Amino acid sequence: MIRAGRALLVLVALLALAAPVLAPNPPDVAFRDLSFAPPSRIHLTDPAGRMTRPHTYPLRLVSRLERRYEEDRSRPQPIRWFHRGRVATVTYEDAPLLLLGADGQGRDLFARLLYGARTSLALSMAATIGALIIGVAVGAIAGYAGGWADEALSRLADFILVLPAIYVVLALRAVMPLVLPDRTVFLLMTGIFAVVGWPFVARGVRAIVVSEKTREYAEAAQALGAGHVRVLWRHLLPASRGFLAVQATLLLPAFILAEATMSYIGLGFSERTPSWGTMLVDAANVATLGDVPWALAPAGAIFVVVLGVNLAVQGRPQILRTSSRSGL
Amino acid sequence: MGGSGGLRWYVTRRLLFALLLVLLVSSAAMMLTRLAPGDLTAELALRATPEEIARTRARFGLDRGIASQWTAWAVHAVRLDFGDSFLYNRPVGELVARGALNSAALALAALLLATMVGIPLGILTGTRQTGVMANAVRAASLLCLSVPPLLTSLLFVWVAARTGWFPVGGMSSANASDLDWSAWMADVAWHLPLPALALALPIAATLERLQAQSMHEAVGQPFVVAALARGLSRRQLVLRHAWRASLRPVCGLYGLVIGALLSGSFAVEYVTSWPGLGRLTFDALRARDIYLVAGCATAGALFLAVGSFVSDLLLALADPRVREMEAA
Repeated sequence: MIRAGRALLVLVALLALAAPVLAPNPPDVAFRDLSFAPPSRIHLTDPAGRMTRPHTYPLRLVSRLERRYEEDRSRPQPIRWFHRGRVATVTYEDAPLLLLGADGQGRDLFARLLYGARTSLALSMAATIGALIIGVAVGAIAGYAGGWADEALSRLADFILVLPAIYVVLALRAVMPLVLPDRTVFLLMTGIFAVVGWPFVARGVRAIVVSEKTREYAEAAQALGAGHVRVLWRHLLPASRGFLAVQATLLLPAFILAEATMSYIGLGFSERTPSWGTMLVDAANVATLGDVPWALAPAGAIFVVVLGVNLAVQGRPQILRTSSRSGL
Repeated sequence: MGGSGGLRWYVTRRLLFALLLVLLVSSAAMMLTRLAPGDLTAELALRATPEEIARTRARFGLDRGIASQWTAWAVHAVRLDFGDSFLYNRPVGELVARGALNSAALALAALLLATMVGIPLGILTGTRQTGVMANAVRAASLLCLSVPPLLTSLLFVWVAARTGWFPVGGMSSANASDLDWSAWMADVAWHLPLPALALALPIAATLERLQAQSMHEAVGQPFVVAALARGLSRRQLVLRHAWRASLRPVCGLYGLVIGALLSGSFAVEYVTSWPGLGRLTFDALRARDIYLVAGCATAGALFLAVGSFVSDLLLALADPRVREMEAA
């Protein structure tokens, strides 16, 4: 189960990395006549029923109102393998290979999903690293120093932990200028997520440092003349490695979801940038109509990542890991 | 200190914490809004005269310093006068009360649903390690943990639009104002299930997992074996002895669930257009509607405070060790 979860996460990461090769089309090319076009059907036989090379047919808009498309059987488009640096594509002018259909502007949904994975994963990884750095620093100081520093830092962490995270993110983001360039949004959201996420890390690191610092090996290191920083870095913090790995795994999907929520409500990336959150906006627009199920693909992608993480940590959600608060 | 004295001290401390939480959150929200670039007159600037803008700023206390504005607000807030909303041109108290009521209805429905599904299933999987039922529940629970409310509500909206079995969004139909009381209730009850289910699924799964785990631990305790030796039936054993012993962690979870409930309900309310606190907070933040932001934050913090207070109380009632420990 753990292995299946890890495999799933590695697969998603690889797909994201290989996006430029795997995507049959660039993510930002809009095919104007293919708004919400269905996924291309790949045919192995020609109209007469003979086996041929795999090919698709160009889609023609039959009814704009009903969003109905028909295949133009007169112009087969053979799939080209390893063509122009892409694994599979068709030489399109107006007939792209759309593995997952098109979005509202006629852009390749599959390509956007892959490129969106890069945005969403990069943001959540950056934020996870940020949260780990702050969390380890604060947790180590609180646990090692003890006294009033411990008291103050622990209270602060507890306070942030009590608040519903998405509202904190919302408030911090909404008080910034509402429209910002994507690069700034990336940095801003990384910072905000790290600020919301560090207490989860700090609390555990603190507990580990507190229990480890009285052990013989720590005292031995001190007796040998090691300074505070050396004792912490070389001797105490390595004990929290396993905990940090689990925390990172748990924070990642939380941040992916936070990005999705923020972009969904229009406070994240702009619509041009593919991310799973910006793609959900399109999904929501057609969801209320009850058609175009392929527009829900980004929701599926987020689900796969969260499922992978839950499998990898054996179905123990974050909330259970932080529930031992009274220390009983 | 023991007995009821311990409980009284425990309750007092928790109440003080709740009060502090409300004070901190509402003040922080107000500060943030004041410090944000642009104020609520940003929209007016194009069509209003400088005098009008100055008057509006004065009406919402923006011409004073932060400290004096906060003091004036706090003095009024204690008397339940939360100022006016710029956005809606109505008293904040009225707007927030309605939003909070709608959110509370949704959250309570979800919590009830999650409890009624999660706890019994948790008892089942906790006492039975093998079997088709237990494995199916475990798998379903893992799935539900992996669908955050944002995704579930999107999916449900799509299903509702597709099938027409449930309304696509909102809390009541367009003609709701014409309906009499009972018909209105029925109308709302028809709008409630989908958002409530979207919100409840991950919480039900969390409850199931925790109940299963703590049940499993309880069943292995010596006193349960002793009860078994006395010849109690399996049913009595599970419900009267093991379940009661397993309740403490579950009660503790409810305090944390309130935060998850608020976070989740933001996404659900947004997607399904449920007229609750989430959407109100979002609109208020965007418009820099300072008193409405403060009012929403106060209501949200009250939710959290009441939630964690009730949960702590349940915890103390379920397990005498908690109040002894806190009193010490």
